[in-house]
Amino acid sequence: MNKIKQTFAEGKAFVPFITAGDPSLEITEQLVLQMAEAGADLIELGIPFSDPVAEGTVIQAADARALAAGTTTDKIFATIQRVRRVSQVPLALMTYMNPIFTYGIEKFMVNSREAGIDAVIVPDVPFEEKEELLPFCTKYGIELISMITPTSKQRIKIIAAEAQGFVYCVSSLGVTGVRQEIGNNVREMIRLVKEVKDIPCAVGFGINTPEQAAEMAEFADGVIVGSAVVRIVEQYGADCLPHVVEYVRKMKEAVRR
Amino acid sequence: MSKGRFGIYGGQYIPETLMNAVTELEEAYHRFKDDREFKAELSELQQNYGGRPSLLYYAEKMTKDLDGAKIYLKREDLNHTGSHKINNVLGQVLLAKRMGKTRVIAETGAGQHGVATATAAALMGMECEIYMGKEDTDRQALNVYRMELLGAKVHTVTSGTQTLKDAVNETMREWTRRVRDTHYVLGSIMGPHPFPTMVRDFQSIIGREAKQQILEQEGRLPDALVACVGGGSNAMGLFYEFIEDQSVRLIGCEAGGQGIDTDKNAATMATGTVGIFHGMKSYFCQDRYGQIAPVYSISAGLDYPGIGPEHANLNDLGRAEYVAVTDDEAVEAFEYLSRLEGIIPAIESAHAVAYVKKLAPSMAKEQIIIVNLSGRGDKDVAAIARYRGVEIYE
Ligand SMILES: Cc1ncc(COP(=O)(O)O)c(C=O)c1O
Repeated sequence: MNKIKQTFAEGKAFVPFITAGDPSLEITEQLVLQMAEAGADLIELGIPFSDPVAEGTVIQAADARALAAGTTTDKIFATIQRVRRVSQVPLALMTYMNPIFTYGIEKFMVNSREAGIDAVIVPDVPFEEKEELLPFCTKYGIELISMITPTSKQRIKIIAAEAQGFVYCVSSLGVTGVRQEIGNNVREMIRLVKEVKDIPCAVGFGINTPEQAAEMAEFADGVIVGSAVVRIVEQYGADCLPHVVEYVRKMKEAVRR
Repeated sequence: MSKGRFGIYGGQYIPETLMNAVTELEEAYHRFKDDREFKAELSELQQNYGGRPSLLYYAEKMTKDLDGAKIYLKREDLNHTGSHKINNVLGQVLLAKRMGKTRVIAETGAGQHGVATATAAALMGMECEIYMGKEDTDRQALNVYRMELLGAKVHTVTSGTQTLKDAVNETMREWTRRVRDTHYVLGSIMGPHPFPTMVRDFQSIIGREAKQQILEQEGRLPDALVACVGGGSNAMGLFYEFIEDQSVRLIGCEAGGQGIDTDKNAATMATGTVGIFHGMKSYFCQDRYGQIAPVYSISAGLDYPGIGPEHANLNDLGRAEYVAVTDDEAVEAFEYLSRLEGIIPAIESAHAVAYVKKLAPSMAKEQIIIVNLSGRGDKDVAAIARYRGVEIYE
């Protein structure tokens, strides 16, 4: 059984997202290790991109900070290798197609495997374009995560049939960012996925509070939280570690309740 | 490979949230583009509202002055709203209306596409919101007010480099937020399929007219077509009808800014590499990690780090050529055409005029150049004055 499957098999998963290099790669390394210790089941690491079109203002700003700090894809791989000396927490890289394509798709996957990456999430590569990545993902044992959204409708079943790892269920329309209300058709989206394939479904976009997380965990296999974590990093900068740890602990508790 | 390819370029690299919207758009476009009623309505709008056909004007004084090939100007500047952008916008807004959309959104650089979109929205009774980078709302302030007069809401984009690329980012984000009732009127032959094909089709009227007009006036095909290239829509609009005519050189003029040996330019073909961004595979100005480069041009409409996928393919096939024209050359051509022909071109179009100034003298007198005058220069007057050190108030 691969690591991601195993993670979800152990119970409801809490999946935090951070942008690598925000505020520095040293802090990123510590964040990954300490979030894992605090209960994060899978960690999504964003490779910052100059133009993150699927991102709201919070993660846009994080990407800008990380790039201004000199973060590059190579330095991120080096950081992950250091993490892997001490932690086996499942890791997914989240980035856009251009950083992967321009780096070289095959080289990207080779380096991902060497660094110990388990999956990649590429929001601007929909089902129709995934053939460009998939052969390399398969060759190097990296899972390509599929996303479904409230507008996917008839596409849900098509996407689910070929999904790997887990299905990333986008809760609401729009870009990432904290929301007061989470769309209530996620439950239905997950039901449609499971009709086609027995695969874990994690809900993301907009989730912020433990109450929201607990509510999602009632029917989802995992809860993904990005902007809320990144906001803490933004607020406390290099001193963010204890605050993030406390947040992750609270959220994990809510998810496993 | 996925849909909407020009060679290896194009495609549909967009978030899942938008996939059904672009599929729906593609289906609607295929349904309506050959629909007799739709075509008649669009054609009526193009003529009686847009002012088509646009003139093909023999620039006699310029021809004499340069002492080479005969120069014709395709006068897209005479269209309603002052540029070629209206050709595409009338088509898309009419289509959006047929699709039952009630709201249109668009990015704009120079403001010409925003003005055209706001105009069509006013005419057809649609809600309209425009996204424009802060740098551009500053340098094209007149167009901002013009859009507001037309009833559009203008959002100033302060993310990233605060120019056209960021306006596109923000409009895409807004589209994912509100996709059900909203159509994104993309302003050039870029973005995910079906936009590059659809926008090219709507713009190709430029070349169809030009071909007919030059055959009437000269009884032969031109030797070269010259147009400025931002995303590439006015250029492809002119080129498309002539692609099969191998004797006709197709020349796109990119923004060379302060020079292609500096980092202050937007000359994608000269300095870019293949990448995937804004929904398409094409050439982009970027670093080796795929971070999109901050680009620069005096012209807001050419200040874009990418180029439409069909141009990328024509470039690779060697069918079209792309040259870079600097700010200085463009400003000089802006003034030149104003004084010599009494026509003030858009600073974007002035890039094409500048290249013609170099090209025409190297050609024989019987040869013919058609240059696309994609827009008029009223919007640029204040900026050019500032460039020349004259402070005027708009
Ligand atoms: C007058 C004019 N010409 C050209 C352009 C560049 O766009 P494209 O390359 O799509 O024609 C613009 C864009 O704003 C414009 O306003």
